[in-house]
Amino acid sequence: MQNTISLPTPVSPIKHFIKKWGATIFVTLTVIVITIWQYSVDGRVTEAVLASTIRQSTPLVLGALCGLLGERSGVINIGIEGQMLLGAFVGFLVNVWTGNLLVAVFAAIFTGAIMGLLLAYMSVHLKMDQIIGGTVITTLAFGLTGYFYQVGLTTEGKLLPIPLGPLADIPLIGRAVFNNPPITYATFVLVILVHYVLFYTKWGLRTRAVGEHPRAADTLGVDVYKVRYINVIAGGAIAGLAGGFLTLEAVGSFERAMTNGRGFVALAVMLFGKYTPLGAWGAALLFGFANAMQTQLQFADIQVAHQFIGMLPYVLTIVILSGFVGRTRVPAADGVPYEKE
Amino acid sequence: MNDQSKNNEENARSFSSWLGALWRAVAVPLAAVLLAILIGAILLAISGANPFRAYAALIEGSFGSMKAFGRTLAKATPLIFSGLSVAFAFKAGLFNIGAQGQLLFGALASAVAGFMLKGLPPFLHVTVAVLAGAIAGALFGAIPGVLKAYTGASEVITTIMLNYVAINITDYIADGPLKDSAGGNIVARTPEILDSARIPSIGEIPVGFFLAIIVSIIVWFTLWRTTTGFEIRTVGLSPHAAKYAGMRVAFTVILTMIISGFLAGMGGSIESLGIVGRYQPGFNTGLGFDGITIALLGKTHPFGIIPAAILIGAMKAGASTMQFNAGVAKEITDVIQALMLFFVTADLIIRKLLRTREEDGEKIILSGWGQQ
Repeated sequence: MQNTISLPTPVSPIKHFIKKWGATIFVTLTVIVITIWQYSVDGRVTEAVLASTIRQSTPLVLGALCGLLGERSGVINIGIEGQMLLGAFVGFLVNVWTGNLLVAVFAAIFTGAIMGLLLAYMSVHLKMDQIIGGTVITTLAFGLTGYFYQVGLTTEGKLLPIPLGPLADIPLIGRAVFNNPPITYATFVLVILVHYVLFYTKWGLRTRAVGEHPRAADTLGVDVYKVRYINVIAGGAIAGLAGGFLTLEAVGSFERAMTNGRGFVALAVMLFGKYTPLGAWGAALLFGFANAMQTQLQFADIQVAHQFIGMLPYVLTIVILSGFVGRTRVPAADGVPYEKE
Repeated sequence: MNDQSKNNEENARSFSSWLGALWRAVAVPLAAVLLAILIGAILLAISGANPFRAYAALIEGSFGSMKAFGRTLAKATPLIFSGLSVAFAFKAGLFNIGAQGQLLFGALASAVAGFMLKGLPPFLHVTVAVLAGAIAGALFGAIPGVLKAYTGASEVITTIMLNYVAINITDYIADGPLKDSAGGNIVARTPEILDSARIPSIGEIPVGFFLAIIVSIIVWFTLWRTTTGFEIRTVGLSPHAAKYAGMRVAFTVILTMIISGFLAGMGGSIESLGIVGRYQPGFNTGLGFDGITIALLGKTHPFGIIPAAILIGAMKAGASTMQFNAGVAKEITDVIQALMLFFVTADLIIRKLLRTREEDGEKIILSGWGQQ
């Protein structure tokens, strides 16, 4: 909202580089050092930590992708938790009924997309406050899944890891990266895909324009409503997939409120990654890594109460966020309903 | 025409316009609630339950007797506080998802003050214990405020993360240094509070509820009748404008989070001193997230939050009776709650049905986040 055009003040390129990449490089190096040091002590533990990092980060990065697709086009989505939970539930139910995991995964995705459609309808057409729209979705999902849940439903199993040939035998990272179940692979692809679509395609440019200045985009002939609808629905589908990951790949069954706040952590991951898919991926991996280390430390013989180890990932996030990352620039039209003239 | 009759006529006209205003204010929420209940009934019928029996049991369990009514108010009390907490932060453009964590600290600190301070007269003991809880919540709420003001870290992230930190720390304290050791207890919980720290009930009505009403009035007064409140709302509407007007934005952000935490902490405190009687992990879960729902249902206004909290409190109080008497899973109340929130906000739909005019006022609660 600046009225004057401010000329960029000359900053030394080194300073600029440090400011932009310092935090990322610092954190990455720290993680690599810890990993190598640990690998030299016990290789199997390291492999387990890395595998667990990937596992824990998957629903978070999917949730973050859902959030950022919406917000890049100007729709805040705090209903990720609900979209995930309902996706997890319907995916599980369909697996119970049909015994077909592929159909179940698509059911989870479809459910998420429907919830995305609901959010888009509320925020684009009804011009409802988007914070309320998201809260409605989450509350609704908790209610519906709790109401229709029956104890004692079992399934024929879950999605199993598919080793990618010789890649899975690479020491250290092979087992963690190239020996995963399908939804995890799909997540890798989705991150790259969303990054490509957002920053290298016409659609992505339109999406970002709608999120920053819908009036200008409208003037140039972009259908603001359509862009918002499609992005929010696509986001919902991805959140549904995250739910499917929980019931069909990670756990294999459904529990009440099993998302356990992951949708909200995903929101944090999205902001942390500054609304970029790759940034969110980095943030999710970092969070997953801290969580995996935390689990390992619980087994280790340390004289510290487990609660203090348990809160490490959360404290770490706060410290890194306030120490290195700081302010996140939000898309300018985020959360503002658009009125056509 | 003499002055007398003119006056009367004016009075009559202002009364009728006042009535019209009241109707416009009440009609939409009322219709929204009824519509939500109706759709809930359809859902119940589809899933094979008898909606009439279910609702009858729900009402019996929440308003059917003085005891049930007391239970409703007891459930509503912490909801009023967490709703006020979230709404207060909204007014400064801050999204406090951390009411849950602040509430836990408040609950713990009050319970500790409740069993550790000995020999105080009842009134003083309760006051001290409530303040202890509120201050604990305020201190915990100050953290995201300070981080936001000085490093720009989004309060959305930090409050989400601090919720988990709060769960772990309170868990540790209740399961470690301050664990109840009476009678070979193995559950994670603090000792029971002394009788002098217990918030009593008048008949079946818990006194904490009146406290919640008083605090709501104070919050309303602070926000709309003081300079500080004006600054808070200005920062919420436009931080840039506030800055150019010479207001201290950073200070206001911190102050808002402190007050927001104070309110949430007080909610936890009343729960410990008035209902649970000690701190026990897992007894206060979900109250923070409910706070968001209540704040939104009450349109972030203190006097909207009270009826919203009573409504949700009634559903919570009646849910177990409904489950027991009508065999309907209590989660249906969550569905109804979501529908109410939807219809209250989607007033476009209701206004078309009722053909009432739109009222003026702040429509958007939070336009984006982290923009200060």
